[in-house]
Amino acid sequence: MSDTLISVEDLSLSFPNHPVLSGLSFQVNRGDFLGVIGENGIGKTTLVRVILGQLHPSAGKVVIKNGVRIGYVPQFRNIDVEYPLAIKDFVALNFTGLKLPWLSKKERTRVHQVIHQVGLEHIADRPLGLASGGEKQKAYLAQALINHPDLLILDESTASLDPNTKKELLDVVYRLNKTSGLTILFVSHDMQMIHEYPDHYLWLKKGQYESGPIEDLHNENKEGQYV
Amino acid sequence: MFSFDFMQNAYLAGTLIAIVSGMMGVFVIARNMPFMTHTLSEIGFAGAAFGIFIGWTPLNGMLVFTTVSSIMVGELSGAVESRRESVISAISGLFIGLGILFLSLSQKNSSYATNILFGSVIGISRQDVIQMAALSILVLMVLLLIFRNLKDDSFDPVGAQTNHIYRNIISIIFLIMLAFNVSVAAQIVGSLLIFVLLTLPASSAKYFAHTVLHMMALAVGFALFGVWVGLYLGYLTNWPVTFFISSIEAAIYGISLFYNFIRSKSK
Repeated sequence: MSDTLISVEDLSLSFPNHPVLSGLSFQVNRGDFLGVIGENGIGKTTLVRVILGQLHPSAGKVVIKNGVRIGYVPQFRNIDVEYPLAIKDFVALNFTGLKLPWLSKKERTRVHQVIHQVGLEHIADRPLGLASGGEKQKAYLAQALINHPDLLILDESTASLDPNTKKELLDVVYRLNKTSGLTILFVSHDMQMIHEYPDHYLWLKKGQYESGPIEDLHNENKEGQYV
Repeated sequence: MFSFDFMQNAYLAGTLIAIVSGMMGVFVIARNMPFMTHTLSEIGFAGAAFGIFIGWTPLNGMLVFTTVSSIMVGELSGAVESRRESVISAISGLFIGLGILFLSLSQKNSSYATNILFGSVIGISRQDVIQMAALSILVLMVLLLIFRNLKDDSFDPVGAQTNHIYRNIISIIFLIMLAFNVSVAAQIVGSLLIFVLLTLPASSAKYFAHTVLHMMALAVGFALFGVWVGLYLGYLTNWPVTFFISSIEAAIYGISLFYNFIRSKSK
């Protein structure tokens, strides 16, 4: 039996005079690599925000299995060149709670571990502001991983990257999915990446959607529609 | 120099203020709030004048005014950035006006206003030092308690949205601590120049340190250096201490910018 982490049931959401999602149903099971595709403005980020509990649906519901931890890599972040923190300190920001300011030995080990997982150990002490676009995305990824999430949501993490850097980042995500069984929800408008990495897809279209195993998408060969 | 009571008091108070301001300043910079800090100090000016008017100490008047207004402004934190700035300007204008009104109603001469606006080291009594110490320790303890959540919310507000850290509560607690900090620090550098200690040391530290804890340590160091040397030079020359402190902090900031410029050139 599959272990369902997120179950979206007949979900609809409208902003004033502007329906965004309507009658959306799908499930995310443990170990899935789900690609959510759709044009800009179709409601991908809105869907993510509903899953995170930041927006409330107009109808339907999102059920998240008890105790499921979600790691989230947001689409926008304003990190300027004068951002003062080193990558390792930025990654550790997600160690929150009413605890002492300095990290415990266990926490320091974990920081080291996730930085190694994303392949940034050679620049862990460098300020994040000076990192390249790809390195920044990897740092965001490491931060989202630090609290051992069951599900990782990536919102357009590859949008501003060149093809090679995109692959490098998604290879890391793919490895986490295959070797550690981390469940992935990868949101993108990049059809080529959706073809290449996820094993399921959810395609949001105006007022409707389709979903299924990724092979269906290959067979339909819809690539030309917007790449 | 230390055989004088007032110099002992000045050094004790100055040391406390430098430590608290250096630490709080790191978050003021990260949260992009120098303007808000400036406004709180103007509100503090009105509070001090109000205190004199009704017969309290200036410090108590400041504490009441800055705390109440920081909670009110905290409610604005969700507002659109551009509107927030305008609202803060309106509030600061209103309070400076009120300060002048209270001073004139209380029939004090203008040297009183100068003391509040620019600080008065000589006027600090042992009693004041004790109250300032108590407030400073309170601020430091609260800061220690909420440190990790405040750090996340300040340095990564977008990421912090998903971290269930009660960002609104953190923001209001921070503003109240800032109100205490402003009120205490105004006693020595004056309410007009409070941002000298709350923003410059932390802004300078940002270019040399890459973790929040290092940044705090450096900011405290810069603030202490300015206050200690400033008090000493004030004692030697009889010129206003505030002048020396603000010049030293501005010089440190200038050197930091220059260092950053050289470093980015050499890459």
